[in-house]
Amino acid sequence: MTLELQGVAKAVGARVHIHPTNLVLRKGSLNVLLGPTLSGKTTLMRLMAGLDQPTAGRVLWEGRDVTGVRVQDRGVAMVYQQFINYPSMTVFDNIASPLRLQGLPRADIESRVRRAADLMRLTPYLSRKPLELSGGQQQRTALARALVKEAGLVLLDEPLANLDYKLREELRAEIPRLFEESGAVFVYATTEPEEALLLGGHTATLWEGRVTQFGPTAEVYRAPVDAVTARVFSNPPMNILDLRKDGDRLLFGAGEAAVPARLGTLPDGPYRAGFRAHHLGLDRPAGEALAFQATVLGAEITGSETFLHLDHTGARWVGLLPGVRPLAPGTPVAVWLDAAHLHLFDAGGRRIGPSPEPMAA
Amino acid sequence: MARITLRNLAHSYLAQPRGEEEFALKELDHDWADGEAYALLGASGCGKTTLLNIISGLIRPSQGRILFDGHDVTDAPTAARNIAQVFQFPVVYDTLTVRDNLAFPLRNRGLPPAQVAARVQAVARMLGLEESLPRRARGLTADAKQKISLGRGMVRQDVNAILFDEPLTVIDPQMKWELRTQLKALHREFGHTMIYVTHDQTEALTFASRVVVMHEGRVVQIGTPQDLFERPAHTFVGYFIGSPGMNVLPARVEGDRAHLPGGAIPLGRGYAPLSGRTEIGIRPEFARLSATEGLPVAIRRVEDVGRHRIVRADLGGRPLDIVLPEGGPLGPDMTRVTFDPAHVGVFADGWRVEGEAAR
Amino acid sequence: MKPIDNRAWLLVLPVLVLVAFSAVVPLMTVVNYSVQDSFGSNEFFWNGIGWFDDLLHSERMWDALGRQILFSAIVLLIEVPLGILIALHMPRKGFWSSLCLVLMALPLLIPFNVVGTIWQIFGRVDIGLLGRAVAALGIDYNYTRDAIDAWVTIVVMDVWHWTSLIALLAYAGLRSIPQAYYQAAEIDQASRWAVFRFIELPKMRGVLVIAILLRFMDSFMIYTEPFVVTGGGPGNATTFLSIDLVKMALGQFDLGPAAAFSIMYFLVILLVSWAFYTVMTNLDREEGPR
Repeated sequence: MTLELQGVAKAVGARVHIHPTNLVLRKGSLNVLLGPTLSGKTTLMRLMAGLDQPTAGRVLWEGRDVTGVRVQDRGVAMVYQQFINYPSMTVFDNIASPLRLQGLPRADIESRVRRAADLMRLTPYLSRKPLELSGGQQQRTALARALVKEAGLVLLDEPLANLDYKLREELRAEIPRLFEESGAVFVYATTEPEEALLLGGHTATLWEGRVTQFGPTAEVYRAPVDAVTARVFSNPPMNILDLRKDGDRLLFGAGEAAVPARLGTLPDGPYRAGFRAHHLGLDRPAGEALAFQATVLGAEITGSETFLHLDHTGARWVGLLPGVRPLAPGTPVAVWLDAAHLHLFDAGGRRIGPSPEPMAA
Repeated sequence: MARITLRNLAHSYLAQPRGEEEFALKELDHDWADGEAYALLGASGCGKTTLLNIISGLIRPSQGRILFDGHDVTDAPTAARNIAQVFQFPVVYDTLTVRDNLAFPLRNRGLPPAQVAARVQAVARMLGLEESLPRRARGLTADAKQKISLGRGMVRQDVNAILFDEPLTVIDPQMKWELRTQLKALHREFGHTMIYVTHDQTEALTFASRVVVMHEGRVVQIGTPQDLFERPAHTFVGYFIGSPGMNVLPARVEGDRAHLPGGAIPLGRGYAPLSGRTEIGIRPEFARLSATEGLPVAIRRVEDVGRHRIVRADLGGRPLDIVLPEGGPLGPDMTRVTFDPAHVGVFADGWRVEGEAAR
Repeated sequence: MKPIDNRAWLLVLPVLVLVAFSAVVPLMTVVNYSVQDSFGSNEFFWNGIGWFDDLLHSERMWDALGRQILFSAIVLLIEVPLGILIALHMPRKGFWSSLCLVLMALPLLIPFNVVGTIWQIFGRVDIGLLGRAVAALGIDYNYTRDAIDAWVTIVVMDVWHWTSLIALLAYAGLRSIPQAYYQAAEIDQASRWAVFRFIELPKMRGVLVIAILLRFMDSFMIYTEPFVVTGGGPGNATTFLSIDLVKMALGQFDLGPAAAFSIMYFLVILLVSWAFYTVMTNLDREEGPR
């Protein structure tokens, strides 16, 4: 099964909510929509579901144009950030409700509900009412209802956002497994880069109503096509360094470095470089490296690692160092960056040169 | 600023609690040092919000006393405790400008206008709100509004403590970094006693110098982020701190060796014979895959999370997580796992057992 | 280009037909009458804007309009603050809250002419409890004789009848304020007045706009209750626009002027409501984003 968006756009009056978008989403893999609040994730999902009509473009389901078809006739299931269940029904009846609407035989309903409840580990709670359950169980009930419907398209709009951190971690590990077993096209919206990475599958990054990149999640993360994508797909935020290539030297803020061999063929001129927090280090790495003088703004220790907030000639950077490094604010430090991890962007924000970060084995 | 003392404190939402399990907050004795940044970390329903509300005076505890700098304030109302609080959702006075919002608590206390203006200016500068000072609060974004709530807490110099109730819940991940950094800078600058309630371990560990981990109404451990990570006092702390959490495996401990289904592993310390349920705990960061040595594991799945990979494996029928550094090797022949002996903890009935230095 | 389902319009059709018959057709009839003159027996003559012209120069109409505006202003000035005050003091939850809500709703459930009858009897100096009581206090009170007494009686009756509506709406607005706001205010050591001014009033504004609009329209069109109590008297003291209109249309059977009157009446209400609503929502937009 495939869901295809062809030049789909949405505008309300003069305000563009979604710029023309082309996307092909296939079944069997999880499709993540990653972007900050108000970047258009929910709008795009509503267009996919048929809850809203696009102002331009077509929505194809298995090659068939379904643009004007009502959501009720499309076979769509949706789960929201808020835990939405029928409060007066038991968990069993909640999960069974879409099947009863379809008019399935009682025995079929029974077995499908049992199977979904089993997958979601809800079997002990089937006779309870949703409000007697914890937040995680309530959301699992909503997820089970979406699954049991066996809809062709399942849309999950930040389904874990209102759950506790640890519970979120557990469900994140479970969700991809559920999707592998189902034959539907899954779309999952989130604001968190870690969540996209943990879910795997494919990711479309969104920024101000535009899909900036779509591809396998690890590929989008490691080879963002532009500065905006890199920024959306980076937490802590990607560190930014404005530099100039002059012959075989790279000049920046308070220093300079030899041009890494990988970038030797670039024309001279100004560039914007980006690199991730965990690629900064206090020790010189083995290969080609850039050194920076910076001042410590603060150190946050997570137990096994240290987030180092740095000031490099006015730019604010975050470094993620292994181990506990309780550096006092105001301390001057030399930080190193492995040149292999430097992303380069031109003035328009497009990536220049090959993808800097190696693919996972 | 003040030192906050909790003495035999406990709370039940029932008028006549029968037994300990009916207490939302089990008996607790604790001193919150003046000027320190604390985090209260736990899952929903663990009692952390109850404890915060007792400190702020919204709830009167069923038993015990609460003291600010030695003065009993158990029966004092919120207004008399001179504290500041930042809530989960931004609380701003919509119709007032940002400036008037920040000045509000000072004006209510009758401070001279010149002093008010100076304080407001200083706090706005720290929070990067200077440009929005003349704007009405209503139209601002969630993070700007939360900065205002934060600023209203900071603007008073004499507060005994600033309490935070999951203040970054509605903030986008990228903005969280900025706000947290500012919060830490404000703490350094003004030195208030701060108590920060959250279920998010990253927020708790990065914000606080001491983290109080709560579970089912009980404080299970108070320690620095490093303590909690390296020497969790309870398997719950091991599970709750760290992402993924600590691997907990049932084992038979004999001296300085632990027997697992796949074989025996060395421990960094020696242990006297243990009673009760014995388990070992090992963080995924201290487990290594190997082709030649260690216990046999079956690898179920590998998750690439960018800066490292999480290997989901199976050790004698129990799930085991292993963290593999970015770019680290992972071959098909790597079907064994070794643990760093110095970081293997031993737990009896859930609680950590301190061993003796190895002979 | 895109296949939009047009069948949805069919669902709206019954409503459109209903509105056409209930509002548009009668209105058009009135417009028709307003530009013609009749001498009974279904003979009509074109009169153009004559009736409107007469109306604008009619002292009787201006007097009624003045009384009407004064009445609306008085009841709004009393009912809105009083309603808010009651809402602020209503219990928040539990049995007493439910009881309050039921008691408050009672006056709203009584038919208008019954309200009028109740007060007509209640205020009578010979048999009414209120009238007798006031008279016993040595106050010379008689709403059938004294214009001021008549006004006081009608205003008090309207306040009794309608303050509940404002109170209930304000109460609903207050209930939607999260507890955190009150906690924050307490921590900020805000005074009771500041809590009202900066938290409660802004959060209630939406419902208050609706409440004021409803009360304005209703009070501006008031007919049944004063008609039952005073019949527009003594003299013309409580002859409001609607009473005057009925006198003109039914009493004197001046269909043309009455129709012109109706249209002017309708336009005044429309204009004032529209102006009020626009001003309030614009205020909202100025304060809102961008």
